[in-house]
Amino acid sequence: MKSRELLLAVIIVALVGLIATRFPAFARPANLANVLNDTSILIMLALGQMAVILTKCIDLSVAANLALNGMVVAMLNATFPGLPIPLLMLVALCLGAALGAVNGLMVWKLDIPPIVATLGTLTIYRGAIFVLSGGAWVNAHEMSPAFKALPRASLAGLPVLTWIAIVAILAVWVLLTRTPLGRAFYAAGGNPHAAIYTGIDVGRTRCAAYILSGALAGICGYLWVSRYAVAYVDVAGGFELDVIAACVIGGVSIAGGIGSVGGAILGALFLGVIKNALPVIDISPFWQLAISGTAIIAAVAFNARAERTKGRVILKSAETA
Amino acid sequence: MLVSPVTEAPAPGAERAAVLALEGIAKSFPGVKALDGVRLSLHPGEVTALVGENGAGKSTIVKILTGIHQPDEGAILLDGQPVRFATPHAAADAGVTAIHQETVLFDDLSVAENIYLGHAPRTRLGLIDWRRLYAQAREMLARVGAEIDPTARLRDLGIANKHLVAVARALSIDARVVIMDEPTAALSHKEITELYALVERLKAEGKAILFISHKFDEIFRIADRYTVFRDGRFIGEGAIADVSEAELVRMMVGRSIDAIFPARAHETGDEILRVEGYSHPTEFDSISFSLRRGEILGFYGLVGAGRSELMQALFGVTRPSAGSVTIDGAPVSIRSPADAIARGIVYVPEDRGAQGAIRALPIFQNVTLPSLNRTSRHGFLRLAEEFRLARDYTRRLDLRAASLDQELAQLSGGNQQKVVIAKWLATRPRVIVLDEPTKGIDIGSKAAVHEFMAELAAEGLAVIMVSSEIPEILGMSDRVIVMREGRMVAEFPRDGLDPERLVRAAAGIGTKP
Repeated sequence: MKSRELLLAVIIVALVGLIATRFPAFARPANLANVLNDTSILIMLALGQMAVILTKCIDLSVAANLALNGMVVAMLNATFPGLPIPLLMLVALCLGAALGAVNGLMVWKLDIPPIVATLGTLTIYRGAIFVLSGGAWVNAHEMSPAFKALPRASLAGLPVLTWIAIVAILAVWVLLTRTPLGRAFYAAGGNPHAAIYTGIDVGRTRCAAYILSGALAGICGYLWVSRYAVAYVDVAGGFELDVIAACVIGGVSIAGGIGSVGGAILGALFLGVIKNALPVIDISPFWQLAISGTAIIAAVAFNARAERTKGRVILKSAETA
Repeated sequence: MLVSPVTEAPAPGAERAAVLALEGIAKSFPGVKALDGVRLSLHPGEVTALVGENGAGKSTIVKILTGIHQPDEGAILLDGQPVRFATPHAAADAGVTAIHQETVLFDDLSVAENIYLGHAPRTRLGLIDWRRLYAQAREMLARVGAEIDPTARLRDLGIANKHLVAVARALSIDARVVIMDEPTAALSHKEITELYALVERLKAEGKAILFISHKFDEIFRIADRYTVFRDGRFIGEGAIADVSEAELVRMMVGRSIDAIFPARAHETGDEILRVEGYSHPTEFDSISFSLRRGEILGFYGLVGAGRSELMQALFGVTRPSAGSVTIDGAPVSIRSPADAIARGIVYVPEDRGAQGAIRALPIFQNVTLPSLNRTSRHGFLRLAEEFRLARDYTRRLDLRAASLDQELAQLSGGNQQKVVIAKWLATRPRVIVLDEPTKGIDIGSKAAVHEFMAELAAEGLAVIMVSSEIPEILGMSDRVIVMREGRMVAEFPRDGLDPERLVRAAAGIGTKP
């Protein structure tokens, strides 16, 4: 698993190096920090998504959840400019978690297949934005300066947006590697039957993963809307696919039970580097889609190969033991 | 070509030329030699038993015979001519077919479709000729002596009938070599008898049969010849009539096993568990029993008698509809496996691979999974504690692994089982339920499991052993409860144990439930 991440890291570094041979400015620390900042939201969403995928589920509603929260906080800010920003972030966090819980409860209590449940909520959450806003935009001039300033504010040389992503990374890392719940994510997806027999409530574990994914989507809702200083129905349209792509490229097994925080971050960074590099080297954004797509397939093919060799290894030792 | 390390005298009765012969086969997987210069010959109208412990190379040879793996060295001779089975299809074309432990068939297709999938009779337009399909399928089923409607869904058949369908399929592709890989593992006594009859019929049709089994009684009953592998090497071959069970075991394990079952004191302590009137709407009814410290209580019955279902309910996986459980005299309610584990009851499922092992997790995390509340503090895991716990219990089971950090998937099947058992012991249980603890494992490992059970009981653990193997039930139990069709039909103390009475009770012959 570690070698897989190392390989991805090498590929990203090589990619940056390659671009730097023609456009040295791209590899300057300031620009790299910029790429990191630009990828922060993707990283955070990928972490939540990874938790869900680890449990053998999927969350297609993350981007819609993000957009709905973005609209809610933007409208709150436009209507009550005096509300403190931390309060708005708390609202987004809780509402996002609640929307995630809706997914989780459907999967847990109603036994609805995750892809169907979250496809449903994807549509419902998008629809809710329209109902809430009447299809209208919340524009930059309606938002308070403090609302827009927070993600850009600089703290010890890095924007607050990046810092929030770093905090989220640490928190999710601790959750996944140092708490029983994190262990349960891996167990529930790695072998749900075995997990049940060890006393893990698989349904509840899945619900918890959805709540985590939703809470991160909620926070990202505020960050996205304030960063781009606009909220509308189609904010982050289709972004859930980028999020899932980041996980898959980062080595998170879609079959559940395999994945790491490092992998998800690298997967997101890979997409972030490509997205930021292509305009620099003057390649059409359509290529960006083609490259991401190729990377997804290559990653899955590579991981499938890795899984297969593992099968042979078992056999080998089975023959000798 | 490699020379076999041990060569026996030329096999007797070899006057009929082998249909299929393997010579000097070697096969390596990265870093390890799975097969090293083995040979095997299969003769028309004869059953050859392939004998060997787990890991002897039996499954590799089956995979080579069926075209799944290619040998690195050596020759496959079909009617004396060298051939290459580059794909499973090539092997099937040559008339080699395998009936697997878990027969690979399609549950939602009809019996006839299962028999003729891939080679169904066609009309002139190239469409499937359904009328001929059913007619031919009926004929094939008659040939294997099965009274099965060819239009029935496969799903609705019992395991034995599924086997018959698999055999009919083998006949339909005009197989000359039939490989049966532990065909009786999941069958009841009656079904096994039927399978034997079928093997006789295949022999009469001149098929060469390779029979892989761990059960010596059936090897001696139906095999004509034997071939023994050990650690990927050819050890010996010959006619079954010329060999004794003890000799075969010695060849297989490289040592003789005298006392198969460990000696035990059979002293039991206070009652620890009492189950009264336990019932389930569909699986079992009015089960009552008690269990003492240090006791091994055997649950015997045919497959499908409701024993596993009862144990799963006791463990909180399913809910009973009525009945009570008391532990140390205090009534308890077990709503989930977590409840059961907290009360000191653990259940080691029959299918330890599918229901026990989480292969993508490292060994130590597999071991500590049900014990995390003990190894963590303030809601955070303590990896050092986990390692310590895992090390203590895996060492006790003599686990062979490079590091506890290894993924479980990298271990052999036997070692994975040890990890699963270590996981349960690490919860420090008071009652341990072992469901078919030695199913599908070789004699050497069986003895180790039995020894281990005896040790657990001697330490005061109460053990419930669900087993379908009479010798195991007789050799290990202090007391035996027999279940049939979801009900308790008999209970025998140790000194009242008698194989015939057990079987009669389980099969419902001459006893009133």
